[in-house]
Amino acid sequence: MMKEENDIVLRCSSIVKYFTTPVKFKALNNISFTIQRGEFLSLIGKSGSGKSTLLYVLSTMDTDYEGTLEINNTLLTGKTLNQLSDFRNEHIGFVFQFHFLLPEFSCLKNVMLPALKLGKKSEKEVEHDAYEKLRLLGVADQALKTANTLSGGQQQRVAIARALINNPTIIMGDEPTGNLDKTNSDIVFGIFRELTADYGQTIIAVTHDQDFAQRTDRIIELSDGELLTSNR
Amino acid sequence: MTQYTLASQIAFVHLMSRKKQTFIAALGVTFGISVFIAMIGMMNGINNLLEDLTLSATPHIHMYRDIQRREPSVMQRLLGNTPLIEVHHERPKNEQKKLRNALTMLDYIRKDPDVYGASPLLTAQVFYQYGQHEIGGTIAGVDILEEHKLFGIGDKLIGGNLYDVLTTDNGIIIGSGLAETMQVNVGDKINVTTVTGTRVLLRIVGIVQMGIGAIDNSRSYSTLHTAQRLLQKDKSFITDINIKLRDLYKAKDKSHLYSNLFGYKAEDWETANASILVSFTLRNTITYSVSVALLIVAGFGIYNILNMTIYEKMRDIAILKATGFSGGDVKAIFMIQALSLGLGGAIAGLLVGLLMSYGISKIPFEAKGVINLTSLPMSFSPLYYAIGLVFGLLTTAAAGYLPSRKAGKIDPVEIIRGK
Repeated sequence: MMKEENDIVLRCSSIVKYFTTPVKFKALNNISFTIQRGEFLSLIGKSGSGKSTLLYVLSTMDTDYEGTLEINNTLLTGKTLNQLSDFRNEHIGFVFQFHFLLPEFSCLKNVMLPALKLGKKSEKEVEHDAYEKLRLLGVADQALKTANTLSGGQQQRVAIARALINNPTIIMGDEPTGNLDKTNSDIVFGIFRELTADYGQTIIAVTHDQDFAQRTDRIIELSDGELLTSNR
Repeated sequence: MTQYTLASQIAFVHLMSRKKQTFIAALGVTFGISVFIAMIGMMNGINNLLEDLTLSATPHIHMYRDIQRREPSVMQRLLGNTPLIEVHHERPKNEQKKLRNALTMLDYIRKDPDVYGASPLLTAQVFYQYGQHEIGGTIAGVDILEEHKLFGIGDKLIGGNLYDVLTTDNGIIIGSGLAETMQVNVGDKINVTTVTGTRVLLRIVGIVQMGIGAIDNSRSYSTLHTAQRLLQKDKSFITDINIKLRDLYKAKDKSHLYSNLFGYKAEDWETANASILVSFTLRNTITYSVSVALLIVAGFGIYNILNMTIYEKMRDIAILKATGFSGGDVKAIFMIQALSLGLGGAIAGLLVGLLMSYGISKIPFEAKGVINLTSLPMSFSPLYYAIGLVFGLLTTAAAGYLPSRKAGKIDPVEIIRGK
């Protein structure tokens, strides 16, 4: 039982969120659940169901909600924006539908930036780590190219390497395969699978890809801002 | 500190990825600063020239008997100040213009540690005889050695020898304009008539050029003794005392002190040259307003370019924030860009300004008359280069502040979900 408690990496309780424009509208209604360490979880629902909204609340980037959010046993509700930035930097890795790599920088530098921001290691060590992550994702040979010379699948893999660089508590994905073809989707899914199975990485991904969701450990389905299922 | 090095790394990559825009934005600052430097250099060159000319020729304190000084009438002195007595059109008493105890006063003043030197002066109104013509002018009877110490008269001789005036009987040093008009040279003799009708033959031992037309065309110098003889006065007859201080900004205080102490009018140089000082201020005001206007234009350029960059880089900013860069970090990235543009532009501006100043100082510019010039005077004072640099940085900081703050406040969720 104790072990069970310690292994909870994310706990949200009674999350309620309103959108005020164009009219006041309840986007999330009383959402509570927990995520275990090493879980690979997908967040599904029709468009407008609030799944992305929930993800951004969990990501700490959206602070305009009611209820409480705890990640890694730290209460994040009510912290300042700067504290949340630092927290995201250290504990959360993002993978979006689009790669969002900075176009002026090499892939290597893109991967290095969050770690340089964290400032816990020297630039040499960070570079070494970044190469490690790129190698893990099979794109080490692209390290010195700029992002726009890479294929979509490669770009997404570099973006995943960036998400991994600070060894985050959770990786959050917003339609991480949404912009990829079947082959590349499978590759990215394979990487996520491997990260959870072999490295104990926790991943939460919003997706509308049923096939992708079915293969994850657990599905959370939202409908009209309500939690439908939370099957194990 | 490491946070700022990272922010500046990103800032420089941004700048280098848009070289053309960066160049143009910095060019605006360069233009503003270089024009400021060239203009202020020219204005200050002129100011310094005028200051040198007037201040080297004017004493810090000029002490003389003021005939306008009104004394109470005899009736008032007897009966006190009552409205019953009114004396109209009072005339001053027939009093000698001389300063009483001038030599004692001189001794006293020269012992003051703040005083650099004090020179006695006796001005004689004369007519220089040039054939049938009479040219109005003055002869300043001075202690020629003290005068040289205070006003460097010896350095302004264009002919003759300063010390000859001491050894030659009735020797004078004549103004260059006068010498030219009367076509005389060192060694020639001229006739001079005083206002009282005395006619004296004087020998020219030197020609002096002060650089101010009004003076060179009318004034000559002689020893005190010669001037006293010209006016048929005794050896203690001195009408003015000119004083130079070690610190010219003490002139106001000292003039009050001497005025109260000796009972004569003591005028400080600032009062005497008020109009020139006003013209200094005017020129500086013009320079600063033109430069500020130019820099504001440059500032708007930077503001625009930064705003555009931030608009283009919305997604990058969002992702930086998502991966843990704070609003302050993002603000720093753009402030560093603005300040780098400012610093680069300003340094280039200082160099261009220096070149422009040098070029202007080499343009031949002949001027005779009021002041004598061969080229435009130019000041290269480092102070104005420092001001230019600070100006450039301040403008760009001001121009960069709003866009940077906007960038810092961008909500990443809005940008990322907005796709």
